[in-house]
Amino acid sequence: MARVTGGWSGTESELVAALRNRDDDAFRHLVEQYHGPLLRLALGYVPSRAVAEEVVQDTFLAVFRGIDAFEGRSSLKTWIYRILLNIARTRGVREQRSIPFASVARVEPGEERAVDPDRFQTEHDRWPQHWTSFPFAWEHLPEERLLAAETIDVIRAALDRLPAAQREVLVLRDVLGVSSPEICNALAISETNQRVLLHRARAKLRAALEAHFATESVA
Amino acid sequence: MTADLPCQELVELVTDYLDGALAPELVARIDAHLVDCPGCHSFLDQMRATLRLLGRLPADEVEQMPAAMRAALLEAYRST
Repeated sequence: MARVTGGWSGTESELVAALRNRDDDAFRHLVEQYHGPLLRLALGYVPSRAVAEEVVQDTFLAVFRGIDAFEGRSSLKTWIYRILLNIARTRGVREQRSIPFASVARVEPGEERAVDPDRFQTEHDRWPQHWTSFPFAWEHLPEERLLAAETIDVIRAALDRLPAAQREVLVLRDVLGVSSPEICNALAISETNQRVLLHRARAKLRAALEAHFATESVA
Repeated sequence: MTADLPCQELVELVTDYLDGALAPELVARIDAHLVDCPGCHSFLDQMRATLRLLGRLPADEVEQMPAAMRAALLEAYRST
């Protein structure tokens, strides 16, 4: 039957109940909705895709085992991400991948700008700190260009280049739609830190898209 | 013009702005700037467009779970 990918029409508590009853639709939803995002998060902690897939598999198994005990104090999403992050971090340590700060989503000190400072006028110019040239206006491109497969590839590549803490927050918030308080709770960070990480990550994604569409339009 | 709030400062406030985390007075200054400044207006729209594209990722996800893994998980699901 044709069905929207991973579509689940019921409420979250209905989904939890269906998972407890080992309903096939609930399984399909879980696998289709979470596999990609979980894999992407796991890749931030472990050295290879093969290991990341094992982490995702272990996460699903833990979800199946633990769903009866799930109390709904956080959302199902948050609960699943916490399980994944625990498994991925433990595994990452075991694989001895050197990730200095990934065990805590933290804001690294130092200035990190949303836009390359060269894009703004200096104090010697007429309008200091104003644009020297406006961003390439890709937001007006037709929808099919924006949603082309190459665009998705650009987004994936940009996601992979983000520092782990920024990627975690961005994927949770913007890809998976987890609420800001839930992210702060799951990652044990403040609202302010969360927004700083999110802003830096979004700004890099935007810049990658601008660079992509600008060169594509010249080519 | 837009001298009150430089573009370079505005672009750092966009996530807070979209989250509704700014004081009303600052929101008013941003709104006033946006009316006059095509560059910042474009930047804001691009951040919104970026969020929209990111939100489409799960649906466009081509990284399908390997069939063997899916089968193994389904079996575990049914038997645990």
